[in-house]
Amino acid sequence: MIRMENVTKSFGQKHVLRGLDLEIPRGTSMVIIGGSGTGKSVALKCVLGLIQPDSGKILVDGKDARGGDRDAFLARFGMLFQGGALFDSLPVWQNVAFRLLRGRLKRPQAEAREIAVDKLRRVGLTPDVADLLPAELSGGMQKRVGLARAIAADPEIIFFDEPTTGLDPIMSGVINDLIREIVVEMGATAMTITHDMTSVRAIADNVAMLHDGVIQWTGPVADMDASGDPYLEQFIHGRAEGPIEAVR
Amino acid sequence: MIILSPLGWLGRSTLYFLAATGRITLFALQAFSHIFRPPWYPRELFNALMQIGWLSLPVVGMTALFTGGALALQIYSGGSRFNAEAVVPQIVAIGMVRELGPVMAGLMIAARVTSSIAAEIATMKVTEQIDALVTLSTDPMKYLVAPRVLAALLTVPVLVGVGDIIGIAGGYTVAVQSLGFNPAAYLQNTVDFLEPLDIISSLAKGAAFGVIAAMMGCYFGMASGRGAMGVGRATKDSVETAAVLILAANFALTGVFFSL
Ligand SMILES: Nc1ncnc2c1ncn2[C@@H]1O[C@H](COP(=O)(O)OP(=O)(O)OP(=O)(O)O)[C@@H](O)[C@H]1O
Ligand SMILES: [Mg+2]
Repeated sequence: MIRMENVTKSFGQKHVLRGLDLEIPRGTSMVIIGGSGTGKSVALKCVLGLIQPDSGKILVDGKDARGGDRDAFLARFGMLFQGGALFDSLPVWQNVAFRLLRGRLKRPQAEAREIAVDKLRRVGLTPDVADLLPAELSGGMQKRVGLARAIAADPEIIFFDEPTTGLDPIMSGVINDLIREIVVEMGATAMTITHDMTSVRAIADNVAMLHDGVIQWTGPVADMDASGDPYLEQFIHGRAEGPIEAVR
Repeated sequence: MIILSPLGWLGRSTLYFLAATGRITLFALQAFSHIFRPPWYPRELFNALMQIGWLSLPVVGMTALFTGGALALQIYSGGSRFNAEAVVPQIVAIGMVRELGPVMAGLMIAARVTSSIAAEIATMKVTEQIDALVTLSTDPMKYLVAPRVLAALLTVPVLVGVGDIIGIAGGYTVAVQSLGFNPAAYLQNTVDFLEPLDIISSLAKGAAFGVIAAMMGCYFGMASGRGAMGVGRATKDSVETAAVLILAANFALTGVFFSL
């Protein structure tokens, strides 16, 4: 279970998170929505310790995420970065199998490659991309390699930062199914950021909407349409008019 | 206000300079400590050895060759003003080994290696690859920094040694081909004149300059700001700082060896 309590983070004068409270029960899928630049990616990075929050508490299974054995902590996580963040000096399969080739999860090279090829297949990529360099792939393919890398070591907790952005509708469907499958079949805890309302409905158990540095609304996905929250309604229906100022 | 503003500027830059010195020192200590603590990444070390050592040979060799040749001509023309042309072999040897060999190699390494390390690591930072490394339970200090610093520490002295020899060979070629020196006597004079301490100081400088070059590339890369501008700035700052520090360290080390 992941719990964020009153988390704040500013960059200089810019107050991005202003007291974020969020709880993600174990084995459930939380989707975070919210306008561009509201701090969704920053929130994920705070949990992973990539960004130090200014104040507030982040607990994973009741323990403070910052203390303790960082290695053991991170070994439980998988993360898909918004920009892919593939290592451009390594071929695709070594990117996917990065964790399996070194450190405490290390295993023989042939086995690591086999797992990498299998994960690539699950994100809709054929084995022949395994030996290409990331720069030789299209944007959507890079995203899927990033996804394959995030799930390669079968983590317990997976963060997806815009997994379907830049993918065609069919591939988006494949990825949505995959994320759902990982949560349901493998019992993983997932936190996904997306702007794609089809994805939200396909992936989420719970939805949280981030606005102005706080969670504006959160609840089960089934309650989303009848929330009565003007912010959330404007967002799901994509209206330019409403409480969220679109043009500043 | 206008009168005081230069003072304010002075104060700010002094503080900035002190803070940067502190940060770089801490970074360097950390980097060294990671060289001695597992896990190690042999493949990364091998790549760094190739990039920093082997592939720098041509540029360091060419620099030394031309420097040695020019040095012989200058010493000959300077020496002839008081009938001391005969000192060419000795002065070329000592000038190359004690001073120009390590400095020229160090500056070429700053141009070639520091810039490429800084640009590479800064790009990784900007594209979140450093963050990705961390989430994949890999410490960037161990995976990126330690192998590069170690590789520079090991290979730059060798490069300097090779550069010294090529520089002397450059001086020899010019002296024998166009200044009328006797080949055997030239070599004999060179060998007789050089002392072990000359060579030790040359290699020690090489090690120091190598560490400075790699360390600055890594530090400014890791500290890069966002975007392409961040990468450009990191690269520029790293090369500038490395070059100045190499020249300062050269002065300090020359002083140390001079007093021995
Ligand atoms: N390292 C950083 N330094 C300075 N500002 C930052 C940094 N990271 C994020 N920000 C700022 O924080 C704000 C939130 O960024 P974040 O990437 O979390 O947005 P987001 O909600 O993920 O948006 P999007 O949906 O467009 O990805 C932005 O205004 C951004 O400029
Ligand atoms: Mg984002």
